[in-house]
Amino acid sequence: MAGTGFPAAAREALADSQLRHNLRHATTTIRAKRNAVVAELPDWEELREAGAAIKDRALATLPEQLERLEAAVERAGGTVHWARDASEANQIVAGIARSHGARELIKVKSLATDEIKLNEALAAQGISAIETDLAELIIQLGDDSQSHILVPAIHKNRQEIRELFERTIAEGEELGTDPEALTEVARRHLRRKFLTTPVAVSGANFGVAETGTVCVVESEGNGRFCTTLPEVLITVMGIEKVVPEWRDMEVMLQLLPRSSTGERMNPYTSLWTGVTEGDGPREFHLVLLDNGRTSALADEVGRQALRCIRCSACLNVCPVYSRTGGHAYESVYPGPIGAILTPQLHELREGTSLPWASSLCGACYEVCPVKIDIPSVLVHLRGRVLAQSTDHGPQSTERATMRLIARAFGTRRRYEAAQRLRRLGTGPLTKLPFGALAGWTATRDLPDIPKQTFREWWRER
Amino acid sequence: MSAREEILGRVRAAVDGAAVPEVPRNYRHTSGVADPVALFCERVSDYRATVHRVSDPATVLAELCTGRVARAPGVEWDAPTDLDDPDTALTGCALAIADTGTIVLDGGPLSGRRALTLIPDHHVCIVRADQVVSSVPEAFERLAPAHPITFVSGPSATSDIELQRVEGVHGPRKLDVVLVG
Repeated sequence: MAGTGFPAAAREALADSQLRHNLRHATTTIRAKRNAVVAELPDWEELREAGAAIKDRALATLPEQLERLEAAVERAGGTVHWARDASEANQIVAGIARSHGARELIKVKSLATDEIKLNEALAAQGISAIETDLAELIIQLGDDSQSHILVPAIHKNRQEIRELFERTIAEGEELGTDPEALTEVARRHLRRKFLTTPVAVSGANFGVAETGTVCVVESEGNGRFCTTLPEVLITVMGIEKVVPEWRDMEVMLQLLPRSSTGERMNPYTSLWTGVTEGDGPREFHLVLLDNGRTSALADEVGRQALRCIRCSACLNVCPVYSRTGGHAYESVYPGPIGAILTPQLHELREGTSLPWASSLCGACYEVCPVKIDIPSVLVHLRGRVLAQSTDHGPQSTERATMRLIARAFGTRRRYEAAQRLRRLGTGPLTKLPFGALAGWTATRDLPDIPKQTFREWWRER
Repeated sequence: MSAREEILGRVRAAVDGAAVPEVPRNYRHTSGVADPVALFCERVSDYRATVHRVSDPATVLAELCTGRVARAPGVEWDAPTDLDDPDTALTGCALAIADTGTIVLDGGPLSGRRALTLIPDHHVCIVRADQVVSSVPEAFERLAPAHPITFVSGPSATSDIELQRVEGVHGPRKLDVVLVG
């Protein structure tokens, strides 16, 4: 998605005081819950080490793991499809839905399908996709976009949600602002859909290569409905979601819920393998999605972003995210992880301002359950963005300025000359009032140069 | 070239020469808690599920299973195994995890089909004391993924509206755990 870039989008978000209030409340609440349940486990660091190694191992042996996963799913009666990019994945899903005559399908919250804009693609083919997660429903009804991986409607408060429901699924009704009553409205609306819609789409939190088992982690029960009641289930899974062994799940299912919602375990976790006679869908399709992942994988430093298990812990501790919110990142993957994932998935053609959307404080690395060194990847990507920048735009100006400053700092003679020039109000160490350079001093103060330097004083005495 | 061949080709080229780490498994296999059953009861209650610890379940089940009851085939109780639109689902489980207060259903005779515990508003689950393991790794050691597995940790819940927890979004609003032994 081509946006305005992070700095402009962030400025807009920062002006919204309601948003900032909601964000502060949400991020501090989840952060406290997470800290409490993580502190309960004396082996949390060992689990993080294991989690990081499991994902690294999966990525380093990805060709083998994908082939194992495919074979295991097919052995269990499922069908595996491969999609190079978003449009290929959307075509596959639409094709399966059409072959069953579906005009409507139900969906579990899934970032992968948001990433490929599946709902829009299906709508263009006359198929409507109904989001069944409460927050996603709120987003869909409001024709809005999500602002947090875990609580996508974090930017909406109860009054706004009541008004939205009264306009849409509860037309003509007088609703209270009690979250319980609002949730009941959604339950009523969706229950009918669950019982009558024959095709469902889900994402996947994990896919186990050894057994062909797919895992969806959730809270509300809409995931269980979607993966159990319809006749046909289509799961869209990024190729980086694979873990090699069944026992790897014992690590992941300890790391994810505690990092994500701050619970010891989320209410529902569904694990299924292909199709099971007499229980659940009669047809299961697994769509393996690349869409830029192999390009991220080819970057030895950047590839660790693919370890991400989408817990959103890094969002809640980020001093930048907790003020700007998710929309400023102009991507389905916001926050620190989004700042390294989005540009890489787009092969550095989009989201190139994102690696700068960080103070490099390192809080994200500390909480990451799979130990993604986000600050290092941010710095690495800044380098890559600069290296590919052309002779136009702010980044090339910054590069030229840095080269000039490097020359000024290179020898004592030049440095002292620059200091003298600065006192005259010109030269490379002065304030930066013009054009792209002004952006640099807009948020920073250049230190004042004293009237006399130490060396000058020493020479005079 | 097919999408499969192309993606696998790109992946092979991308990870060519990447080091393959061993997974350090020095995290705890068991939690070493003295009384896992007591811990399980405590943790289940934290999710606002109700725990009934009894030596003979008959009385409490009679109280809990009112209205239209459907049961898993392996549970001995005077109720049909298949019923349209039941009020209460009565099941056993494959095992339970103390550390996380989790009930694990595995599609076997005690757990029943997945839909059984999904549609009714009330789930009554019988857990035998000897089915309680201490930790998540102990649970995975005992589970085989041939059948669909569902981890249930408390009733259905959402915090999507201003982070206020609301129970019973889509799954059962009420979870009663009957711990026998």
